[in-house]
Amino acid sequence: MTRFVMVIDTRTCIGCGDCVVACKTENNVPEGLNRDWVVEATSGTYPDLKTEFRSERCNHCSNPTCVTLCPTGASHLWKDTNIVLVEPEKCTGCKACIAACPYDARLVMHPEGYIDKCTFCHHRVEEGLDPACVSSCPTGCMYFGTLDDPHSEVSQLLKTRNHKVLKPETGNEPNVYYLI
Amino acid sequence: MKRREFIKLSSVASAGAVVSPTLMLGGCASKPLPGTGAVTKSPTVCDMCFWKCAGEVYKEDGELWKITGNADDLHSGGRLCTRGTGGPGAYLDPDRLRQPLMRVVVDGRQTFQEVSWDEALQFIAAKMRGIAETVGPERMALLHHGAGGHHFLHLLRAFGSDSHAEPAFAQCRGPRDVGFRLTFGESASSPERTDMANARCIVLLGSHIGENLHNGQVQTLTEAINKDATLITVDPRFSVPAGKSKHWLPIKPGTDIALLLGWMNVVIEEELYDKDYVERYAIGFEQLAAHVRQYTPEWVFLETGIRPEVIRETAREMGKAAPATVVHPGRHATWYGDDTQRSRAIAILNALLGSWNRKGGFYIPEKVDMPHYPLPDYPKPKFKTGDAYPGKWPFASQGVTNGVIEASIGDDAFFKGWMVYGTNLPQTIPGAVDKLRAAADSLDLVVVVETMPSEMTGYADVILPECTFLERYDDIRNSGERHPSLALRMPAFEPKHESKPGWWIAKQLGEHLGLKQYFPWNDYADKLDWELQQVGSSLEEMQKIGVKNFPRKRPLYFQEGQNARFYTPSRKIELYSQQLADKGFDPMPVYTPPEPVPSGYYRLNYGRMPAHTFGKTTNNPLLFQLAPENQLWVNPLVANEHGLASGEYVRLASREGAISSKIRVRVTERIGPDSVFMAHGFGHKSKRMRLTAGAGADDSELMTNVKVDPIMGGTGMRGNFVTFVRQPDAGGAA
Repeated sequence: MTRFVMVIDTRTCIGCGDCVVACKTENNVPEGLNRDWVVEATSGTYPDLKTEFRSERCNHCSNPTCVTLCPTGASHLWKDTNIVLVEPEKCTGCKACIAACPYDARLVMHPEGYIDKCTFCHHRVEEGLDPACVSSCPTGCMYFGTLDDPHSEVSQLLKTRNHKVLKPETGNEPNVYYLI
Repeated sequence: MKRREFIKLSSVASAGAVVSPTLMLGGCASKPLPGTGAVTKSPTVCDMCFWKCAGEVYKEDGELWKITGNADDLHSGGRLCTRGTGGPGAYLDPDRLRQPLMRVVVDGRQTFQEVSWDEALQFIAAKMRGIAETVGPERMALLHHGAGGHHFLHLLRAFGSDSHAEPAFAQCRGPRDVGFRLTFGESASSPERTDMANARCIVLLGSHIGENLHNGQVQTLTEAINKDATLITVDPRFSVPAGKSKHWLPIKPGTDIALLLGWMNVVIEEELYDKDYVERYAIGFEQLAAHVRQYTPEWVFLETGIRPEVIRETAREMGKAAPATVVHPGRHATWYGDDTQRSRAIAILNALLGSWNRKGGFYIPEKVDMPHYPLPDYPKPKFKTGDAYPGKWPFASQGVTNGVIEASIGDDAFFKGWMVYGTNLPQTIPGAVDKLRAAADSLDLVVVVETMPSEMTGYADVILPECTFLERYDDIRNSGERHPSLALRMPAFEPKHESKPGWWIAKQLGEHLGLKQYFPWNDYADKLDWELQQVGSSLEEMQKIGVKNFPRKRPLYFQEGQNARFYTPSRKIELYSQQLADKGFDPMPVYTPPEPVPSGYYRLNYGRMPAHTFGKTTNNPLLFQLAPENQLWVNPLVANEHGLASGEYVRLASREGAISSKIRVRVTERIGPDSVFMAHGFGHKSKRMRLTAGAGADDSELMTNVKVDPIMGGTGMRGNFVTFVRQPDAGGAA
């Protein structure tokens, strides 16, 4: 299985939301819905403060509970990769995947009644391109690639920089990393 | 009844179809993967802000899909910002102006009526001719912002008037550009000529790059962070760059000049300055050294709240990295009315560090030497813009919009007609709504050229709907940059509705005024092609590549030890300004303490948010989804004292009694307890901008204590004090 990961550098993320808009135009995401979003986390008391911006989305987990718990098989892995997709034709909108996802609200209900989510822009990945959010980011703080290649930019970044994932304790083995 | 009432555009007497409120962003289940249809692309220059990034407009099966950056473009590095990526929303916005509108009286009430282009243009031409015949063409002024303003400047100059002003000067960059020009003989330019990508130390004073998304600035600052340059941010608010900084200096608002003088004191006392550079290029060092001796870090601490050891340490960081130190000139610089002097202080500190025209400091920008299309000479106007406000603001190098507005009030006012292009003056000129109404009531003609039904359109006699940047040609972008570079904006679509490109409107109006010889092109493409041919390109080539980069003809930086002449009277960098002294101003910056915050009030701080270019984009359906309203930042201690919680709405009252619209509270540690903060550009009252109308508050209407810079006319906006109005529903317009 090819393991695609996204690596986001919180040191240079400015929380501008370009990733959100780029996703919306690239994927024609319906009005009012987003497949990705930005979180601002500020800690401390004025003037001793720290702010972290994080661009968040589906973690395309190596152990995706949304796939294992989907009753219809709509939630599935794309080809032989960790990219989690939902087949609209098979999806009944039962929301079992939403309950199964430890990362609240990774998944959104499309107005036509099926679950819509980040696809890591697999249509672009197939052409050797980065996801739209990564390629639009004005600070270039987002990186995309495969961990199978130890020389890839993402492998090197994770080797050389401190990093974290969200909720590692769930055992889902998420694939969106944050450099800290 | 006033001759000209402010008309809310909701009351348009429409002859057209009812506008559907449905947004056009929906997808559907059966839609194939993006990009599997017939995909075409064409070049553009983004108009979502004024940075002018070059991009590519993608269409799929003839429909607008997305806009991305052009990889060859220095302004964008191939990556558009949030607003640029949201560019499709400008084209798709269902609230766009559709048809020329004219002020008429129906049943004793003023309203707007849809008219044909010919009717609108004939009316305007007749009024303009009347002004020219009775008082002279110079009494017609252009107030403008953005690339398309050039078409109307050309029209007015052909008509015989050179009267024009951009709020980008006296409400934004003016003090900075004047301060740098007084010192170096040149301005900091746009795009700013900062060499941040190569800097080892960057100092930001109130400049929150990353919240304002000037793309090249954001990208080069990021590059510096990636290379571990030392970032020093001076801001009373924990801004985005403050959070990325090695040193955040939470300064007491309004005391920046004291800090700058303190830094100069350390740089000179500890001999951290570039002696060879100063000796070779500058004059007035001895006077400066004597002047700043009094501003010791210990003294500066008492004014700024920045500890002496921090002042010394940061000055040493600057000195250690020099000349690869950028003390950033900022961009929106109209703060306290002594802004030219603050900008002078920034320029002087850069001069001491030897960073001007040096690697890692500031580079020397270069444009393409492209001839303009040959046209007849303009008639010589009898008056310049400044003659409307004689004796004021001797160093105003451009028209002062607030000066033009004041010179348009009353029967004997200097100006009799306005053409307003692309600028929403009620939200742009601080606290000026009453003056705008008085001016509009006095003027014989107000024409507004706009894409959106902004508040300004409510003051117009005639509203001319311009199409968006995705539907028109404008002039070739030729800004000074690291490399000379040209970029093409071309139409990806036919103009929607009855909207028209600015060049077409100017040409048609010119022809109605008998000025045909100034508009010899049938299509603006003809003009652009001629100009491009002069530099070895062509419209055909540019339509394919969008951006063409040219080799530099002179070095990017000063060569080691080279001699140089500056565009100042002394031909040197003027640390001491005889020019200022001769006009009765301080020849070197002097610190004046800011007005203290009155008891029970908070300083109104304002800025930008990355999702929007102030009020220009707040109705954009894509960007509205990202940031539908602004929020009022309130320190937890203040929130506690006033019983305010995040998410609730309040109004603000200025000390002089102006009341704001409702704004949502955001309790956050990122602001100190002496200030509140909001992003500028919200609180729209024009009901025809249906998404943004009534969302958030407008800081500019709370600016009732404006201090005008006596040197260049800039409107200082940061000296305003506000308090909370307890009943959110009382007073003011929501």
